[in-house]
Amino acid sequence: MTNDSSRTWPRVSFDDRMGTVEFRVSPTPHIVVDGDSCRGCSTRACVTACPANLFVPTSDGGIVFNYEQCFECGTCYLVCDTEGAISWSYPEGGHGVVFHAS
Amino acid sequence: MTAAPDPFDVIVVGAGPAGSAAALAVARAGLRVALLERGPFPGSKNMYGGVIYGRVLDQVIPNWWDEIPIQRWITRRGTMILTPTQSLCLDFRSQTWAGPPYNGATALRPDFDAWLAAKAEAAGSVLVTSTVATDVVRDPSGRVVGVVTDRPDPATGASTSALRARVVIACDGVNSFIAKAAGLYPGASEQAEHTTLGVKEVLRLPRESIEQRFNLTGREGADFEVVGCTMDVPGGGFLYTNLDTISVGVVLHLPGLAASKHRPEEILAGFKAHPSIAPFVAGGEIVEYSAHLIPEGGYDQIPTLAGDGLLVAGDAAGLCLAAGVWLEGVNFAIGSGLAAGATAVEAIRSGDTTAARGLAGYRARLEANFVLADHKKLRRVPEFLLSGRAQFQYPQLTCDVVEDLFTVRNPAPKQGIARLAWKSARRSRVRLRDLARDGWTAIRSYG
Ligand SMILES: Cc1cc2nc3c(=O)[nH]c(=O)nc-3n(C[C@H](O)[C@H](O)[C@H](O)COP(=O)(O)OP(=O)(O)OC[C@H]3O[C@@H](n4cnc5c(N)ncnc54)[C@H](O)[C@@H]3O)c2cc1C
Ligand code: SF4
Ligand code: SF4
Repeated sequence: MTNDSSRTWPRVSFDDRMGTVEFRVSPTPHIVVDGDSCRGCSTRACVTACPANLFVPTSDGGIVFNYEQCFECGTCYLVCDTEGAISWSYPEGGHGVVFHAS
Repeated sequence: MTAAPDPFDVIVVGAGPAGSAAALAVARAGLRVALLERGPFPGSKNMYGGVIYGRVLDQVIPNWWDEIPIQRWITRRGTMILTPTQSLCLDFRSQTWAGPPYNGATALRPDFDAWLAAKAEAAGSVLVTSTVATDVVRDPSGRVVGVVTDRPDPATGASTSALRARVVIACDGVNSFIAKAAGLYPGASEQAEHTTLGVKEVLRLPRESIEQRFNLTGREGADFEVVGCTMDVPGGGFLYTNLDTISVGVVLHLPGLAASKHRPEEILAGFKAHPSIAPFVAGGEIVEYSAHLIPEGGYDQIPTLAGDGLLVAGDAAGLCLAAGVWLEGVNFAIGSGLAAGATAVEAIRSGDTTAARGLAGYRARLEANFVLADHKKLRRVPEFLLSGRAQFQYPQLTCDVVEDLFTVRNPAPKQGIARLAWKSARRSRVRLRDLARDGWTAIRSYG
């Protein structure tokens, strides 16, 4: 909208934003990212698109992924076009994100 | 017959609006129905804008407005076009909507979904929360005869267990893994093309500030739909009033987001900072941040709606209506859920649950009411709305014409609107051929 960074960047930190959301974290990850498949990926679509910012590029061309604060939205597997990079499922019943005010 | 009879006639997967409506219809007909929900309570996994249009409930829950857990009744509806420095708003208000039978209301999904699920339970449905349906169970002929759940099996000690029934109704929302597992989604690989991501902040503000800022009294509420506020990503924005919070969010087309340099929260921050939006949201403290997908493909992307022993309803069938001035998914989910429930009952009573015969009436039911009639009429809208012209060129063109119209240039004489429009069209590089074609699409869709 404008290039003035004080206006385009959120005033709350990303951690504070995610701190408003309840996650009943399951001990087993529901999404697994195969960092090796990511090495050949030129789009890095997940890095921009994941609303929870869970895909972090590493200096050696891989991806580090954390499943704990996931909205279970499905964006990542839909935008990723590398076969086999993301194994996606829902967390076991009763676990994962819990919305209260939306 | 040696095996014990199945405990349920119907299994509904997902206790969102579609699932609870389907379970309600089945239970009221006296059949046994299980309503499975993966979250700890109905609504816990669900977010939306959001406004609920309750007309679809009139026949099902008379005087629903006396008991539905709402935030505010919508009496003010704005449709806004933004450019970085301009805004144009069609701001409509009707006091007719402030009393029964009402039109729309803001509501929070944990409240609304729990309320509708409780209706299904009161009618006799068995609600089972914290349980994921992970796959369908088929008989040797391929017919769906139940689902696999992630609940341990007490008899065998296995980590999963199967639950069998005559008909399964998949109301599992936009990702729709049950319908995909059953093979009803041949075009699943193109799903991103027809899907948007919604991100939203719920902001707390004193009730009086909300009423002053939005010009409301009592339980009146406002709803703004916005285009031209999502940077380089096709999409839109929304702003809704709850009782003592407001919901502000953006909806982003996945391919555009994937190719953008801007992240969702950054685009949302830009929307909130727009001079026309900032005064509404200023000082609001974030209570909850959330994200969810929307199926926006419309009529042409609707999957096969029935398989042998299986029906699909709501977002799982892509039935959300996202057509610019309208963003309606909850009512379409309820409408299709009720029709799926009624069809399942009929099929079970007739003893035929095949897609070709017993369950074939489902699509006909949806064609005969608003669910598919509206989608059919608006089938060309989703593609148009996410096009570059609708997203970037027309907002600029429209705002420029209005700005020219209202800019006083004495001593130069005033120019006619046609001339101003022509100048702006040239400036924003809109081709007349496209303008004529899009105008025709709009007339055919909305006319
Ligand atoms: C940002 C945004 C704004 C929107 N604004 C509006 C609006 O203002 N008005 C409106 O009418 N609509 C709006 N919609 C659309 C609306 O939210 C959906 O169309 C509607 O929720 C669809 O209902 P559903 O029951 O089909 O699916 P959902 O509401 O998604 O419910 C599906 C349920 O199934 C459960 N589930 C999923 N998989 C499984 C499984 N395998 N096992 C067990 N349970 C499972 C989920 O936990 C969930 O409870 C909006 C959507 C978004 C994302
Ligand atoms: S997850 Fe997919 S989109 Fe993301 S870096 Fe890996 S291959 Fe690319
Ligand atoms: S499901 Fe959504 S929130 Fe979770 S990792 Fe994928 S994109 Fe991020």
